[in-house]
Formats: sequence, C-alpha cells, structure tokens
Amino acid sequence: MTVKTRRYSARDVTVLVIGLGMAVIVNVGLIWGPTLASAALSGTDWNGIGPIEWVGGRNYHDLATAYPPFWSAVRNNVLWLGFLGLVATPFGLFCAVLLDRRLRLSRVYQSALYMPVVLSLAVVGFIAQLVYSSDYGVLNAVTGLTVDWLGDRSINIWVVMLAAGWRHVGYVMIIYLAGLKAVDPALKEAAAIDGASEAQAFFRVVFPTLRPVNVIVLVITVIEALRAFDIVYAVNKGRNGLELLSVLVTENIVGEASRIGFGSAIAVILLATSLGFIVTYLSQLFKEER
Amino acid sequence: MDRRMPISRRRLLLGAAAFGVPAVLAGCGSGSPSTAPGRSSGGGLGTVTIGSNASDEVPKKALETVLKGFTQAVPKVNTVDHNTFQENINRYLKGTPDDVFTWFAGYRMQFFAQQGLATDISDVWQEIGGDYTQAFKDQSTGIDGKQYFVPFTYYPWAVFYRKSLWRAKGYEPPKTLDEFTALARRMKADGLVPIAFADKDGWPAMGTFDILNMRTNGYDFHISLMAGKESWTDPRVKQVFDTWRGLMEFHQPAALGRTWQEAGQSLAQKKTGMILLGMFVAQQFPEADRDDLDFFTFPEINPAYGTDSIDAPIDGYMISAKARNVDGAKALLRHLAKGSSQNEATKLDPGTLAASSKADTGGYSALQKRGAELVSQATHLAQFLDRDTRPDFASTVMIPSLQAFVGKPDEIDSLLVSIEKQKANLFR
Repeated sequence: MTVKTRRYSARDVTVLVIGLGMAVIVNVGLIWGPTLASAALSGTDWNGIGPIEWVGGRNYHDLATAYPPFWSAVRNNVLWLGFLGLVATPFGLFCAVLLDRRLRLSRVYQSALYMPVVLSLAVVGFIAQLVYSSDYGVLNAVTGLTVDWLGDRSINIWVVMLAAGWRHVGYVMIIYLAGLKAVDPALKEAAAIDGASEAQAFFRVVFPTLRPVNVIVLVITVIEALRAFDIVYAVNKGRNGLELLSVLVTENIVGEASRIGFGSAIAVILLATSLGFIVTYLSQLFKEER
Repeated sequence: MDRRMPISRRRLLLGAAAFGVPAVLAGCGSGSPSTAPGRSSGGGLGTVTIGSNASDEVPKKALETVLKGFTQAVPKVNTVDHNTFQENINRYLKGTPDDVFTWFAGYRMQFFAQQGLATDISDVWQEIGGDYTQAFKDQSTGIDGKQYFVPFTYYPWAVFYRKSLWRAKGYEPPKTLDEFTALARRMKADGLVPIAFADKDGWPAMGTFDILNMRTNGYDFHISLMAGKESWTDPRVKQVFDTWRGLMEFHQPAALGRTWQEAGQSLAQKKTGMILLGMFVAQQFPEADRDDLDFFTFPEINPAYGTDSIDAPIDGYMISAKARNVDGAKALLRHLAKGSSQNEATKLDPGTLAASSKADTGGYSALQKRGAELVSQATHLAQFLDRDTRPDFASTVMIPSLQAFVGKPDEIDSLLVSIEKQKANLFR
C-alpha cells in the first residue's frame, strides 16, 4: 500500500512559513503575549521599577476587600451595560422604526439623531460638562436648579450615561434603519392582509427578519459598555462615582502610581468578563447555525 | 517584612516590553530637542540634555531665559507635557532619561533616589549649601543622607482673599480657629459663600487636609502619617476630619463638580470670601486685580504648634542615574542654584518664589514679597500630600477617599477604617 503524500515544493514552504509565520508572530506578539503577561503580572506586586515578586492571589483579595473604587466600578459597568442595552438600544430601534415610515422631514430627524455619532465620546464628555456644570452649565442656568449634576455621586453616573446614550441611540438607529430598508415590503403587506395589527406585524414579522442586525447591535452594545472610558475620563478622570473598570486599570498602571500588578489584576477581571460575553455569544451563534 | 519568591526578570520581560511602549511614546513625544537660542558653540563640557515638564508657556519661557546665562555647556531641552511627564516618570527614568530632569522635592524625590534612579550630588551641595536654609536642604536629602535635588522655585499655600472686599465689609484676618469660624459665620450672614472650594480634580482637598493636620497634630505627625508609620484610625486623625466637618457648612457646596479655576474665579468675582490654595490662584485674576489679592496663613488650632508649618511645594532639578554628561549636568545644577538664575524665573512667573536665600527679593511683586515673608516665618515646609507620600497611595487611595469625605462628611469612621486597610496593603 502506498501512502500518497503530498509534497510541498521549497517555494510552497517558504510562502507558508512567511504567510503563516507573520500571522502567528503578530497574533502572539500583540494579542496572546500581552494577555498572558497581564495575567502573570496580576500575581505580582511589581511597581515598574523594583524586583518582581510573586504574591499569588493577594492582589485579587485586596481588590475585593480593600479597594472601594473597584465595587463602584463593577456596579457602574453593569449599569452602563443595562442602560445601553435596555434603554438606549430599544430607543434607537424605536427611532429607526418611526423614521422608516417616511415621516415629513424624516431626513432632518435622521441627521439630528445621527449627528452625535460622528463625535468622539471624549468630545461628548466635554459637551456634557457645558450642559451639566453646576456653576456654568446650561441645565442649571435654564431651569434655575442648583443641582451638582457631575459632582454628586448618586446622580452623576446617570447624567453621564444619558450623554453616552445620546450618542449610542444615533449609532443603533442608523444600523436598524439600514436593516429595515432591506426588509421586503411584501412581508408587511402579507401580514396586513392576514389581519395582523401594526404592532403584531412588527414584532412577529419584521423584527425576526432583522436577526442578523440584532446580533450586530447586541455585540456593539456590549463592546461599548465594556470599553467605556473616554467620556468619564473627560468629565472627572473617572473618579467620585464615575469609576469604570477600564479607568481603574489606567489609573493604577499608567499613572505615576505604577501599581502594575494590582492594575493587571483589574485588567484580568475585565478580560474575563469580556470573554464571558464573547464565549456565550459565539457558542450561541454556532449552536443555532448547526 | 516577609520574603517572597522573586521571579526572574527575564520571564516577565515580555510584560515589561508591553508596558514599555507608552514610555517610548512619552520620551520622544511632544518635545523636540531645542538648543537654547542665540548661541552656536557651547562651553567646554559638551552637551547637557534636560527633560522638562515645563510645558506651559510661562514656565517654559522662564527656563529658556535662565539657560541663556549658562555658558559652560550646551543645554538641550526636551519639553514634555506636564502631566504626561509626571505619569511616565518611572518608565522615563528606567529608559533613556536626559542628564538633568525637572522634579519635586521631598518624599517623591526620595522615592526615586532610593530606587537608584538619581545621581548623588552631595559634592554640588558642598558649594551651594550656604545659599539654602536647612528646610530646603532637608527636602533635597535622600533617606541615605545624601543630596539628590537642587531646589529652584516654590510657592506657598495660604488663605487668599480680596483686600477691597474685606475692607468694604470690615473683615480682619483671623488668628485662631474660633476667629476663623466666627468670620466665616459673619460672611455667611453677609450673603457670601465664606470658603471657595473645589475638588473635582481630586488634589485641592489635600491642601485642606494637610493644613488642618499640621495645625492640629504638628509637622512631625503629618510626615510620619504620610510615610505610613501612623494609623489612620488614630484619634488624632479623626480629630482632623471632625474639625473639617465642622467647617464644611462654610465651604462652597457642590465642590466635587467644580475645578479650582472655577473656585478661583468665584473669589475674583467677589462671590466667595476666601480660598485655601497655592499662590498660583493669582492666575485666575486679571492683571489689574492682582494687587487686590492678599492672604493670611491658616489660623492656629493647637497652641502647641501655632502656625509653624505650611505647605510650600518646591520644584527643582535632579540628575538621572543614567546621565551621560555628569560634569556638564552638575555645572548646570550649580547655575540653576544661583539666586540670580532663580530671579529671572520668578520675574516671569509671578506665582513662584526663588528657593535660594541669596536671591534678590527687590524685584518681587507685592504678593511675592508677602509670600517670602510667610515662608521665612514657617519652621517647617511640607511638600503637599501627593509629594509627601507614595504616589500610589496619594492617587489611588487618598484622592477617592477625600472625595468620599467631601461628598459625605458624616461618615468619618468607616472612611478612616477603609483608608487604613488600603494603606496597610501599600506600605508593606
């Protein structure tokens, strides 16, 4: 019995090594390397200068028991995800549905809602300060209130999320609008002929056909919630009620503090959370496609 | 101290490389090397590079002017944005630092000297020592007793007010805490917010904590508290927060949403009566109004300490451990230590004072003269909370904690327990 072996020419091998090698090097060097280094550093108390000493799970223990900003950040990240997912995203869908009905001036509304998306979140942060500042802000000046919108830690996260949501709504709206335009009008007509009400036609017929769009929007929403950083950093460096995990990582590692081990531990937790979402999403996707 | 198993450096070099990237960016970032203008050939000591955080216009110009008078070597300035410089100082000093770099006196200098990142300049101090008071020398001395720092300029913290407003209302600078409280009450009755206050950036409240602690418990307790040697749950610390809580009703409300600039403007607009801040508050006053600005030192709380200590952060220069041109760098430090050099800087930057006792105070503005007088009366100069303690403790523990206190001044006990717990994790 002869085994048929496929022989690669020297040229094939070279191409293979270069082609695959580059990808592997880039992948390992830029993704796996730093990820594993973070995980390893999270078990040390390195300060960026001195010797690196292994401290095991101590950073995680300190984080959970004696670092008040951490729990505040976890709470805020969850709130952020909830707000974007349950308020901003559905509202974006609602706007898209309305605009899809070819209202008068729909182009104007569409532009107005989409406008904030072209702004970076850091810029949205600066705009938010112009609106919310307690001494000079528009909101207090117009309403005559004296609320410390950005300084009071029981309200500042909400008004900042509102500003972030302002941008998110436009983003989601434009994606859904594109999706709705692609829905075959015949489907809606058929539903209408079958006696479905407006709401039934939307929820039973149109919405299910938007499934690919829904998946994209869901992923965008989760990513936006976990990577939120710039808006709170622009407002008050992510302190005093506006803590987020991403800010704490930066604050500990990049600043003069250089608690690299400790900051890495926070980064690992953020990574684990993100992985949780990604794995759930991918497994769901593969299961349904099979 | 418990011994833990050290990890080989090589194993985590990859991690170091990953985190090293920002340092490279910062190192060759915003500042392009510029030779001091007006001179093509330098003196006999070659080129000296200077890493400067003087990115604002006024301090930058001041440094350039001072360097014009330096002829022994060719100075080359690398200016990096102030905050970026500060945030990347570790990686900067570990990487390829300049020969001379701008830095702060006190614990923050000692921290880097202890890590072996600075060059001992005790020999320079043999020559310049006579130009400085003991307080300045102490702030330039490392834990090993050697000098690592040359003071250049500094600025005192005090309670600032507008003379015209106080004259009109008949207010007098208070001498004791009771007088201070009575004055604040009177201002409130007159429809003013007594104490302008802002802590959005997290550090201005440190100034209030420092002065209350030094007035209540003295300089030595303050320094050992900052060094992690005292417990934060000590009744003496609680006393400080209790006093502060008593004064809270006179502080401008909504401080956590306000920047110090906004608070300074409220003083300029005569909406508030006074403000505890560094002399740089003058920046918020239009040129014409600056002569109307005056100050008094925070009043006495405990007669045992009187008003013997103030916050007066000193800025100056150090030589990095990796300096290539040490002789040139030392010559430059001798030049920067001259009173005449510092005078050129204080002339351009009216919010600062010359550190050298030999500096000429004749050219000072009225405010600078008062500042120099205030400092000469103080026995101890503290460097400000974030310069007197570990940087990680100041930024990741004290900023959130003081903001929590400002937001909820009544929850002192639980706050102090939390600070103590976090302190124990850092100072181990």
